[in-house]
Amino acid sequence: MFALPKDSSKKVVFTKLRKLSAVVAAAVFTIGSMSVQADDPVKVGFVYVGPVGDHGWTYRHDLGRQAIEAEFGDKVETTFVESVPEGADAERVIRKLASDGHDLIFTTSFGYMNPTNKVAKAFPDVKFEHATGYKRADNVSTYSARFYEGRAVLGTMAGMMTKSNIIGYIGSFPIPEVVRGINAFTIAMRKVNPDAEVRVVWVNTWYDPGKESDAAKTLIDQGADIITQHTDSPAPLQAAQERGVIGFGQASDMSAFAPEAQLTSIIDDWDQYYIDRTKAVMDGTWESQDVWDGIDTGMVAFSDYGPAVPDDVKAAADVIKEGIVDGSIHAFQGPIKNQAGEEVVAEGEVLSDEVLLGMDYYVEGVQGSLPK
Amino acid sequence: MISLEPRAEPSKLMGYAAPVIALVVTLLAGLVLFALLKVPVGEAFYAFFIDPISSVYGLSELGVKAAPLIMIAVALSIGYRANVWNIGAEGQLILGGICGGAVALYFYEVEGWFVLPLMIFAGILGGMLWAAIPALLKTRFNANEILTSLMLTYIAALLLSMLVHGPLRDPDGFNFPESRLFHAAATLPIILEGTRLHIGALVALLLVVVGWVLLSRTLLGFALKVNGQAPRAGLYAGFTQNRLIWFSLLFCGAAAGCAGLFEVAGPIGQLLPTISPGYGFTAIIVAFLGRLHPVGIVFAGLVMALSYLGGESAQISLNLPVAVTGVFQGMLLFFLLAADVLINYRVVWRSKAVKA
Repeated sequence: MFALPKDSSKKVVFTKLRKLSAVVAAAVFTIGSMSVQADDPVKVGFVYVGPVGDHGWTYRHDLGRQAIEAEFGDKVETTFVESVPEGADAERVIRKLASDGHDLIFTTSFGYMNPTNKVAKAFPDVKFEHATGYKRADNVSTYSARFYEGRAVLGTMAGMMTKSNIIGYIGSFPIPEVVRGINAFTIAMRKVNPDAEVRVVWVNTWYDPGKESDAAKTLIDQGADIITQHTDSPAPLQAAQERGVIGFGQASDMSAFAPEAQLTSIIDDWDQYYIDRTKAVMDGTWESQDVWDGIDTGMVAFSDYGPAVPDDVKAAADVIKEGIVDGSIHAFQGPIKNQAGEEVVAEGEVLSDEVLLGMDYYVEGVQGSLPK
Repeated sequence: MISLEPRAEPSKLMGYAAPVIALVVTLLAGLVLFALLKVPVGEAFYAFFIDPISSVYGLSELGVKAAPLIMIAVALSIGYRANVWNIGAEGQLILGGICGGAVALYFYEVEGWFVLPLMIFAGILGGMLWAAIPALLKTRFNANEILTSLMLTYIAALLLSMLVHGPLRDPDGFNFPESRLFHAAATLPIILEGTRLHIGALVALLLVVVGWVLLSRTLLGFALKVNGQAPRAGLYAGFTQNRLIWFSLLFCGAAAGCAGLFEVAGPIGQLLPTISPGYGFTAIIVAFLGRLHPVGIVFAGLVMALSYLGGESAQISLNLPVAVTGVFQGMLLFFLLAADVLINYRVVWRSKAVKA
């Protein structure tokens, strides 16, 4: 059965905040309404690829939506449509949101890129924000987070803590975003433990607890004693907990599902970004932009360390976090070798964003070949 | 004790009335559901069933969504009448998309009039080829077509995934798994300006007519029906069973392949790792909801398409969860099957004493 997620307390706080801010706003409104007519609320729409209850990717986007409501109270109205397939249906949903009077629409999965841009052309006054894509227009921004920075922290911890020197990695789709994460993890891991290797299982889905769990069990059977994932459900971590191995949460704090097994979790924190962009629409200062933020702005955050993490590992992980923030450490710092052992990044160089965005090869230390 | 006794003569009238009864009961159960969710019932019904089709654009989207369902369901029903259980229309659809899409990408720089017809031809051929595999296995080795066609669906999905991750990937797309966007000559003509309603809707209606004529006006249709209801009688009448199997599967493969090509050359406009939200499987429900009759299938296809649009609209205006769509579809099928049971069986109340 599902345990209650830890973040539900946050939800309560949000609800309370929302109520509180509604009361405050109402009071202000009553005072102010003598002279000034209140503006219509800004309508913000969200399109989600998974269910809001996935406790991962979509869940964090929905917390961002709730953060907007908590921040602006009845000055905003938010709407979401969940589990929208990335295909012909997405365009209809986005268009419906636009024609229903939404001022700002967040489309939160890569597969919505072309539909978002198509609809944006037909609704020049509506602002669109597309997560993880690369096509922009005057009214279409793109945004994403440098999750690979977080992966470098996880890789360091895994390299120090593994005993079998085999790390199991559950991949969703072999796209640059996921491959980049695998490589950042592996590079950091090999720096502290050159004997460790990463084994990847591709499940070809973002969210399928059954498949994700099976993949975790297969990897554990192959000797992996640490499980990490680039899929959205807590199922792999639950499998790790059951089998007595350890692992990392994904996108949100999953410790409620695996209190002993979770070492830490990368948290996708969109709250501030969503608040800022909504504010920009309210102020009329919204402009198309391309945002790719990391640990330094808090877009990539971490949950608390789990009980299994020794102090020296915590210290080493903190060093990486601080180094990335102050710029002294880059997740893709040379020398980096590919699987064939050829040097692809020379000593003293770092990979450019452009190369990172199209990454399509494994680095040394990843087993198996990248599906093409 | 309640027991079910087979009826001597199932009512023909009730057979046609059953989908309507199922629909009405589903609506009533929906009322209860909305009331339990503490949603204003009137508003919920408006959002679910009226709002999505209250505009020209909404109606056009209903057509976009229903067209592939109807095309595939009509073709499936012909096979089902003949006892050929093709469950793999989804795979045949995907192959149609792959083959037609590959043609579009091959002629990426050629804006000739011939590109689109060639794509349609390739799509149909692709679907037929994929359906030919279970047909061959069935007629040669008597392998169950339910299993083979279903399993080929997963192979087709992985084949598509492999192609868009590799050879058909957009070279300027940062290695993301999708093809280039098809150019204008490789996309379907739009029937209604400003909407996405493409010629696929007309083809679907044409297929309905073809299906109806085939089943009710031709010897082939008669042979298919006889084979389904009394295979031995068909054998005595000299109908070759293998030919009927081949025909059923190839016909469905062609329709599904064409539907798949229409998806990629119509509303999607490129190849993606997934090109269908399960049309091939939903079409099975549509075929049965439509009583395996071409005209019934048109209505069933529209109802099923509306349930998707309604689910989206209810989420937007009432914050209802997406699961409502699935619940409605599930209830519809459940009540239909229940009605069918009651058509074929009567409920008998028996006391234990009598039984002893």
